[in-house]
Amino acid sequence: MQLILGLAQIKTVLGDVQTNLQKHLAYIEQARQEGVQLLCFPELSLTGYNLQDLTYEVAIRPAADHPVFEPLYRASHDLDLMVGFVEEDARHRFFIASAYLSQGKLVHVHRKCYLPTYSLFDEGRYFAWGDDVRAFDTRFGRMGILICEDFWHASPPYLLWLDGADILLLASASPGRGLDRHEKLASSRWVERVTQAYAGLFTCFVAHTNRVGFEDGFNFWGGSMVYDPDGELLAQAAYDGEELLVVPVDLNQLHRTRARLPLLRDERTALTMRILTRILE
Amino acid sequence: MAISQFLHDLDINTALARRLIVDFIREEIVGVGFSRAVLGVSGGVDSALVAYLTAEALGPENVLALLMPYKSSAQISLDHAKLVVEKLGIRHDVVEITPMVDPLLARFPDITPLRAGNIMARQRMIILFDQSVAFGGLVVGTSNKTESLLGYTTLYGDNAAAIHPIGDLYKYQVRQLARAVGVPEEIITKPPSADLWPGQTDEGELGYTYDEVDQLLYLLVDRRYKLEEAIEAGFPPDFVRKVWQTVRRMHYKRRLPIVMKLSQRTIGHDFLYLRDWAARK
Repeated sequence: MQLILGLAQIKTVLGDVQTNLQKHLAYIEQARQEGVQLLCFPELSLTGYNLQDLTYEVAIRPAADHPVFEPLYRASHDLDLMVGFVEEDARHRFFIASAYLSQGKLVHVHRKCYLPTYSLFDEGRYFAWGDDVRAFDTRFGRMGILICEDFWHASPPYLLWLDGADILLLASASPGRGLDRHEKLASSRWVERVTQAYAGLFTCFVAHTNRVGFEDGFNFWGGSMVYDPDGELLAQAAYDGEELLVVPVDLNQLHRTRARLPLLRDERTALTMRILTRILE
Repeated sequence: MAISQFLHDLDINTALARRLIVDFIREEIVGVGFSRAVLGVSGGVDSALVAYLTAEALGPENVLALLMPYKSSAQISLDHAKLVVEKLGIRHDVVEITPMVDPLLARFPDITPLRAGNIMARQRMIILFDQSVAFGGLVVGTSNKTESLLGYTTLYGDNAAAIHPIGDLYKYQVRQLARAVGVPEEIITKPPSADLWPGQTDEGELGYTYDEVDQLLYLLVDRRYKLEEAIEAGFPPDFVRKVWQTVRRMHYKRRLPIVMKLSQRTIGHDFLYLRDWAARK
């Protein structure tokens, strides 16, 4: 079975949800014309990343009758969507979140669990920590969503893998840093390395959508990419410039890879639980 | 001092740096609703490099270079500045600061060279900001990381600007990038000088060379070495302590003035928005 993935590597206008929404709709239309079946947007795609006190002004609920989400719900009849936003819950806690929409319904919301609050990052000042890592079923298979720092830790991807996710959708707003003699920034090299490792270790597809553009002195390094269950790079977007990366993915590769390399079959979860319990006791 | 083993740790990929900085200049000017830039071109390598990158980002017709000599400025400085602006084909104007500065110097006859130098730097700032309105552009700064860390700048003088595109590059890296973009070699290799009085050189004033201090600053700042680790690596202990003390003492030049906190929400403490917030329509 084939799945035509789209990765919307976009810029955003900081804090301007309406303008960003228009860009989402434009990319959705282009993706629809190109036959994309699942279109992924980066972390905080509707709001921009370094919001600081704007966090509280741009927060929304992912409801079908919310003016921002209503057109996205409608568009999801044509293709599945993953969009990034700031969620304000019923008790006024604010989350970095990504929502999966399909056929006019909200299938899943992932709230970012790991909030980098060090060196250039300050997410823990504004946002609440998500409390769940959970795979979910889609019409293309079982998937999981993680947002940026979530996959800078090995545990969330591992948990999604054990929860049945065969496709990991990673959404980032990753600022580039580490200019050295290499032709790629150090942070790009690091993310590419671990993203590829997850694909290979968990014998799953990994689609990483990152944004581009600038916010004050931060540059966002793009490079959106898809890896297959062998850990091979299927496609990658440029490091600069907005782009709709369309990647046809052959889901039958999961059968072929896992027949050759049954890491999932052989994973000893009871051993892991027993040892983890011993370590944490 | 013979330390040189860390020098090539500072090597940068100049193609990557060039692309990132040119994109940054373009986005931080065009993205906030302007299309033009103004900068001071002194004949030194920093302002030459910034002139090249800004011209590339915006187009030469959108860049205004101001050459602002004082009567005691070295002729070679003006010659080099003219060489840069002519090679780039950018707009330029020579505005001599002597008649603006001399009355103030005469009012305080016992003025020191340091005070006079700061007056000249701030007079240049006044001209740049005024002309930025007349020309309809933003002031692009030419500060580099070495001089910023060592405080070898004039507060509200040469460190005043809308953006500092090379503010995260050490002098060694400025030279590397300048060579790559085509800044004339004689500008790159001549001894750096603030040219505030005849015979002044940066390295003469600092008491060490840029290559020496760049390596040390790179270890202490970028790599987070402790002072003891830098000494163990071979830097003379007095040099290490003196440089770090200078960095600390000069930190006030890198911070906005301290606002005393009294209210529940205070500018400079918890009224937090990016500069880019101002640009939103």
